[in-house]
Amino acid sequence: MTISVFGRSNPSPARARLAGSAPSALLAIAPLVICLALSPVAAQAQEQPAAPNTVGTAPDGSKTHGGQEATKDDLGKYTLPDGSPTYHITSDGTLDWYAYSGYRRYHAECHVCHGPDGMGSTYAPALANSLKNLTYEQFTEIVVNGKKTVGVGTADQVMPAFGENLNVMCYLDDLYVYLKARADGAMDRTRPSKREDKTKAYGDNENQCFGRN
Amino acid sequence: MRKLACAALLMGVAVYAWPAAANDGLTKIIKDPKQWGIQTGDYANTRYSKLDQINAGNVGKLQVAWSFSTGVLRGHEGGPLIIGDVMYVHTPFPNIVYALDLNNDGRILWKYEPKQDPNVIPVMCCDTVNRGLAFSDGLIYLHQADTTLVALDAKTGEKKWSVVNGDPKKGETNTATVLPVKDKVIVGISGGEFGVRCHVTAYDSKTGKQVWRGYSMGPDSDLLVDPEKTTALGKPIGKDSSLKTWEGDQWKIGGGCTWGWYSYDPETNLVYYGSGNPSTWNPKQRPGDNKWSMTVWARDADTGVAKWVYQMTPHDEWDYDGVNEMILTDQQFNGAPRKLLTHFDRNGFGYTLDRVSGELLVAEKYDPSVNWATKVDMDKNSPTFGRPLVVAKYSTEQNGEDVNSKGICPAALGTKDQQPAAFSPKTNLFYVPTNHVCMDYEPFRVSYTAGQPYVGATLSMFPAPNSHGGMGNFIAWDNTKGKIVWSLKEPFSVWSGALATAGDVVFYGTLEGYLKAVDAKTGKELYKFKTPSGIIGNVTTYEHGGKQYIAILSGVGGWAGIGLAAGLTDPNAGLGAVGGYAALSNYTNLGGQLTVFAIPN
Repeated sequence: MTISVFGRSNPSPARARLAGSAPSALLAIAPLVICLALSPVAAQAQEQPAAPNTVGTAPDGSKTHGGQEATKDDLGKYTLPDGSPTYHITSDGTLDWYAYSGYRRYHAECHVCHGPDGMGSTYAPALANSLKNLTYEQFTEIVVNGKKTVGVGTADQVMPAFGENLNVMCYLDDLYVYLKARADGAMDRTRPSKREDKTKAYGDNENQCFGRN
Repeated sequence: MRKLACAALLMGVAVYAWPAAANDGLTKIIKDPKQWGIQTGDYANTRYSKLDQINAGNVGKLQVAWSFSTGVLRGHEGGPLIIGDVMYVHTPFPNIVYALDLNNDGRILWKYEPKQDPNVIPVMCCDTVNRGLAFSDGLIYLHQADTTLVALDAKTGEKKWSVVNGDPKKGETNTATVLPVKDKVIVGISGGEFGVRCHVTAYDSKTGKQVWRGYSMGPDSDLLVDPEKTTALGKPIGKDSSLKTWEGDQWKIGGGCTWGWYSYDPETNLVYYGSGNPSTWNPKQRPGDNKWSMTVWARDADTGVAKWVYQMTPHDEWDYDGVNEMILTDQQFNGAPRKLLTHFDRNGFGYTLDRVSGELLVAEKYDPSVNWATKVDMDKNSPTFGRPLVVAKYSTEQNGEDVNSKGICPAALGTKDQQPAAFSPKTNLFYVPTNHVCMDYEPFRVSYTAGQPYVGATLSMFPAPNSHGGMGNFIAWDNTKGKIVWSLKEPFSVWSGALATAGDVVFYGTLEGYLKAVDAKTGKELYKFKTPSGIIGNVTTYEHGGKQYIAILSGVGGWAGIGLAAGLTDPNAGLGAVGGYAALSNYTNLGGQLTVFAIPN
């Protein structure tokens, strides 16, 4: 089984990295939300996407990022050929579980800074825009380690490191998938209605991530 | 005072006149309508001024007299203080304090900028606002975002003492002002979304030494209550009144934060304030009434011991913090003079209590859209006396985890948030800035980590359906009858504190940036001016050189800057609805500015 979430018993490289820098981990004062201080990003060493950076129709008729073919695992997660997770909307409008779960988690952990539906606020950027440029790896790095833009004459923007926050880290892929769907224009601002159900494997993995077996 | 005057004479540098009352305590400043010594204007939190040079007849001629940029772009709540010839202006994080010379076109006399760890920024729920300074006996009190309380020499800006009230690494921060009472400074704390167990603390005003601290929840010794003498709805609260209403040790991360306003009655020697939401936002995770979150507190100013408490929203299911201001008035009630306390709660009910005994007199909805409860049970013989009668459909507890409860009014930001109301003894009316916003709310399980958010609910907000389409109203309220007298529609939430004056004018600001003046009796709009940024600050008035001024901070942000910057979700999206759903960003932008108005000569 693929362990996509942050299992306590399965430390991921990101967690190992954080554990190695204890002082910064201690400074991880958290906000109410994922205050991603993402600026329009750094096009560094980004792999050339084979497909257009928007929503498209995949060979099976579903909507995915760039219309690429996506494979589904037993967690209910869809993955693109490059290994990054994607949203998946079938031709009858059924949304995948991760995008739905991401919608829910975003509006608990992130929206107090980043605004409803990834639209931004007076002090944090609109992630529905930021995710147009951020790669999965860049997204993960910022959520885990945080980001600061502080200076004179600006609206200081500080996002804390969420590497230690299970309510965020256990749903990292969910959040990415949801925000990518928003950035691609695959999801609008209304609450998703038709969706796939949570799988048993997902639930087991979730419990394992929170250490509540 | 005499010492200061002599020193100034000896040094020959009497640059500006020091007010005669400065060292005679805050009480004299409060009685002098020319000055404004604490954020709320007076101990009773009426936000009423006896100045009447600007009145309903001439307010239409108001013009900008001068303005001042704070240099900070975050949300600007609170307002300036005016002590003699000096105005004190504060900013959001980094919490700069400016002393401006009113005799010299606002020239900066001194500036104080604390050094704070920027990591406190994201721990603050909903922007880095600060609701302002307080003055007493020659000292300016600043309560910083990182919970450091600083006493500054009002004349020089020199730091006299400082004390740390909490730990931002645990999610403990501050947005509130403080209240100087006699020889103490009363201080609250924020962090309800981080599982902080919140408290109110009194520090010695001369030294900063802690005198007492009362928690919102926990054992009786922490609460500072007397189980036999402290009452709730007229009856002793009994032993372990808080512990009994929590499961296990959950009270240790129980919230009940104290980030609102404080009022004080010198006659009863009681300090009044409200406690906030219990942590988490998922009610299923914390069975019980969760006392004493969501509670009106009346504490003895000297000892901190509570005389009475009243929990408005037992076992909160919607994040209806009880922190809004308690306005103290002496009015006729049912034909007899009563010492009243009026409170406009986030939960949408306007409460009137007897502030001496804590007796509940009135509890009525101050926005007709409020639907989560049918009413507050006023039957003294009922087992649910004093409790809201919750509508099952809107109960996130009864609907349970992972269920989206739809159409709950008000939204989590409440029918009113911290933006304070005003009271005019001339009209006997309260002037209340309100939100007209509803929500869907879905609670789910979360895990607690110290210093990390502990929220546990997804919510989406929208303008109250089947109404005028706007997200706010500005209302006049009769607290003895529990009735709205008049109501003005606003396209956005009114997030600015009101000011009532003896000139029969009521002032408030709007999120688009307007300063508005309306007739105190009728609500008729008499004046408006668009300032550079949206207003979430509170209107202040003062007199200088024989002239009355109106002052307001602009600087959009705060919780209002979150949803509203993007525009709220339109519940009728795709059905052709138009109107007040447009994003606030189409109307205004970030800024930090003080604008001062006067009638031209």
